[in-house]
Amino acid sequence: MRPTTAWQALAQRPLSFLTSSWPWRSLAYLSGGVVVGAAAALFFALGLAAGIALLVVLIGVAPLAGLVLASTVVGRVERRRLRLVDLDPLSDPHRAPDSPGPRAWVTARLKEQVTWRELTFTLLSAASLWWLDLLVLGFSFGLPALTFASTDGSTWPWTVFGAIVLLASPYTVTSWAGARGALARTFLVPRGKELGEELQEVRASQSRLLDSFDAERARIERDLHDGAQQRLVSLGMTLGMLRLEVPPNSPVTRLLSEAEDQLSTAHKELRALIRGLNPPVLADHGLVAAIEDYAGRFPIPVQVDLRLPERLSRQLETTMYYLINEALTNIARHSGATCAQVYGRYHSDQLLLNILDNGRGGADPGKGTGMTGLADRVAALDGRIQVLSPVGGPTLLQVEVPCRFA
Amino acid sequence: MSLRLIVAEDAVLLREGLIGLFERVGHKVVAAVGDAEALEKAVRADRPDLIVTDVRMPPALGDDGLRSAVRLREEFPGLPVLVLSQYVERSYALRLLDSGGGAGVGYLLKERVSAVTDFMAAIERVATGGTVVDPEVITQLVRLHQDPLERLSPREREVLALIAEGQTNAGLAKSLFLSEAAVNKHIGNIFNKLDLPVDTDGHRRVLAVLAFLRS
Repeated sequence: MRPTTAWQALAQRPLSFLTSSWPWRSLAYLSGGVVVGAAAALFFALGLAAGIALLVVLIGVAPLAGLVLASTVVGRVERRRLRLVDLDPLSDPHRAPDSPGPRAWVTARLKEQVTWRELTFTLLSAASLWWLDLLVLGFSFGLPALTFASTDGSTWPWTVFGAIVLLASPYTVTSWAGARGALARTFLVPRGKELGEELQEVRASQSRLLDSFDAERARIERDLHDGAQQRLVSLGMTLGMLRLEVPPNSPVTRLLSEAEDQLSTAHKELRALIRGLNPPVLADHGLVAAIEDYAGRFPIPVQVDLRLPERLSRQLETTMYYLINEALTNIARHSGATCAQVYGRYHSDQLLLNILDNGRGGADPGKGTGMTGLADRVAALDGRIQVLSPVGGPTLLQVEVPCRFA
Repeated sequence: MSLRLIVAEDAVLLREGLIGLFERVGHKVVAAVGDAEALEKAVRADRPDLIVTDVRMPPALGDDGLRSAVRLREEFPGLPVLVLSQYVERSYALRLLDSGGGAGVGYLLKERVSAVTDFMAAIERVATGGTVVDPEVITQLVRLHQDPLERLSPREREVLALIAEGQTNAGLAKSLFLSEAAVNKHIGNIFNKLDLPVDTDGHRRVLAVLAFLRS
């Protein structure tokens, strides 16, 4: 375990730490702290004075807002400087503004919580931290320097004390630098929602994965449709022609009928396969039509009551289709239900879906691999699935997915 | 009967196969096209007795063929159209039936082509203003209407499905091995039980049943 912060370095190897780069880094950190803090103090004092003086005529808001925005610069500098004493990665908590231009940038920054944390930290630096930096540096190096400079016969204990202080200075400086670094980190790292960027990145890659699955599925479906299916139809035509050529009571007709039956089975199987892959009606007419079609083919009666203001996004549509599909398949397979219901509504940016059956209940969503995969898909879209299935039934599967219509 | 047909199908193999079939039984294919735009152009240039078209075609490879068919029926009322589909999609079939009052339309699975005699009968029925619906579609529709149909006997349900497909009384009698009188009796019972107007015949009867199944 290589130490990643000044404090860890100090705690892990107190002796070899002396010959490492950490004391020097800490020294650089504190010296920089004095410079940045002093500059910030000066700048803020002037800005605050100007702002308050001008506030009477309202223009003062500009310098005050300027101070707030300037603190984001301080925040950035402090994050950069933090690398001296803290090697752990630190991402920028600020988001990119929605649109280009300085105005959008200012509004975005003023709305962000992290901007105000940076302001607090800047004020703290300006008001006290840099003094403390100076104090620690002064104590560690200034005091020994003074004792050495004014050394004579009677003050030797002071000189000894100065020497001890100087020898201990790497520890003193690193201790304070570590503390200051930890403080800076708590103020300047992204929190909660500010981590969103990274989470969204993960989510984006998940949804890219979903997209590539869907695209692949569509491709296979197209290949089957354009290839195998067409050939089978063509084969059927040839058989039909053959039937026209053969006299009706020839022994060949029996074989022909057999061939036709086999062909018909092949057609049915291929159709079912293709429908499972990528139902054409979904692409053409959307979720409601596709589910109604699916319900029409279903072995038990399914009441479909889906109302959506318009077509969903392709990804959401596909996910919801397979989800309903899988849920109904599970109902038919395991629940012993005699009827099922699919109810869906959209309101306030949420799509709510209830799938209800009158089966025997006791469904364990963790058991079906199909359902787990779907739960993952739904999670990738930020939604969630809940199952309510007491023993004896009925079973309710509830899905909530955020969905926005552009 | 010899018909002048326009065939629209993007797969060359099937297009040629269809042309061969039609010419073999004495129809004339006046144009064979491979996409929806060309289909509309061909129909506007030379109005045929019947269009036979695929659903999924260029340019967009969605339901372009079906859309063109619906558009053409609006433009030329009464233009008979038979749509051949790789899929049983109820919504496709129903959209087609909604165009031009459902007279002279057919929606069949492509694979039905191999039963040449039946297929040719369907072609003629559509060309003369009848309605033909694939049995698979009817199966779906019937399944959706479990409740009211429970009043019917299994035999009556069979008859109803065949009516909905667009079968004539003679066709019904042949497929069910019944006399036409028996068929008529079944039909009367069905229409009574479902409160459908009894005086309908021909394709209006088909449409009445379809309308019931869709309600």
